[in-house]
Amino acid sequence: MKFKIYRYNPETDKKPYMQEFDLDIPEGSDKMLLDVLVDLKEKDPTLSFRRSCREGVCGSDGLNINGKNGLACITSLSSLKSPVVIRPLPGLPVIRDLVVDMAQFYKQYEKIKPYLIADTETPAKERLQSPEDREKLDGLYECILCACCSTACPSFWWNPDKFVGPSGLLQAYRFLIDSRDTRTEERLADLDDAYSVFRCRGIMNCVDVCPKGLNPTKAIGHIRSMLLKSGV
Amino acid sequence: MVTTVTSLGRSGLHDWVLQRLSAVIMLAYVVYLGYFFATTPEITFTAWQGLFASTFMKVFSLLTLLSVVIHAWIGLWIVSTDYMPKVSIRVAFQAIVIVICLSLVVWGIQILWSL
Repeated sequence: MKFKIYRYNPETDKKPYMQEFDLDIPEGSDKMLLDVLVDLKEKDPTLSFRRSCREGVCGSDGLNINGKNGLACITSLSSLKSPVVIRPLPGLPVIRDLVVDMAQFYKQYEKIKPYLIADTETPAKERLQSPEDREKLDGLYECILCACCSTACPSFWWNPDKFVGPSGLLQAYRFLIDSRDTRTEERLADLDDAYSVFRCRGIMNCVDVCPKGLNPTKAIGHIRSMLLKSGV
Repeated sequence: MVTTVTSLGRSGLHDWVLQRLSAVIMLAYVVYLGYFFATTPEITFTAWQGLFASTFMKVFSLLTLLSVVIHAWIGLWIVSTDYMPKVSIRVAFQAIVIVICLSLVVWGIQILWSL
């Protein structure tokens, strides 16, 4: 099987280039793409990429695989066409090879205050929530911040400093809808500008690529409805 | 919260609502005109002038023109903030769009009430 991998070392390379590898994959075996990258790194130790849990939980190995963002560790080779073209996540500055600078992504995440703010008295044990209210967080809390969605979003490519992006907005809604959070109005007010939420044009690239099967577009729709309800 | 000075509404929600509302008005106008064309056997100057003689049609047309202008201002503002990273070009483009939009309204009023 053929692999074309994006290579760039700013210390030695003037320009990024694609390096080709040919790897014998035994018939009947179905490796994950991350295993292949690990094999290739043994051949060429200068190849750089991020990985950690190797089971789709940590969100470290988000890559652009054959033009679509995804996690290398849960992408099986049988689902890919040869040659497999592997590039870093689009829209973020490349540090080296497949490693990107995620600062802009985390900055947007930080902006939405991704933590519970409750002005009520601190209970002795824990803040209680009914099973129905807890259910509202399903499909939101599972986000692993791999950045596959935000880096697949043209609105985030053009305005990464102003548009929160699908991942951040999914998290924003997770705290807006949390029955224990008391800062709903304040959170909404922070989002009511021309960019933060409204730069989403609903093209749903985020839904298409999310390795956890989440739906940021739906969450953004809910935020719009909440803004509308509080604004009219 | 990101601040913007050349957008039509000052909030994202304001722009979003205006764009949807103006789209509905434009659609209604197209449907109304379509009905006129479909039910008028021969489009003569008299028939055309008769259509625009009523105050209803003048107001409806002006409302549609306002919707076109609002829709275009918001839409082109968004396009320019996405695809024109250079501030000088962006500001010039936005200024031209705003001037054209405002001129169209004044010109439209003059045309409609001179019919």
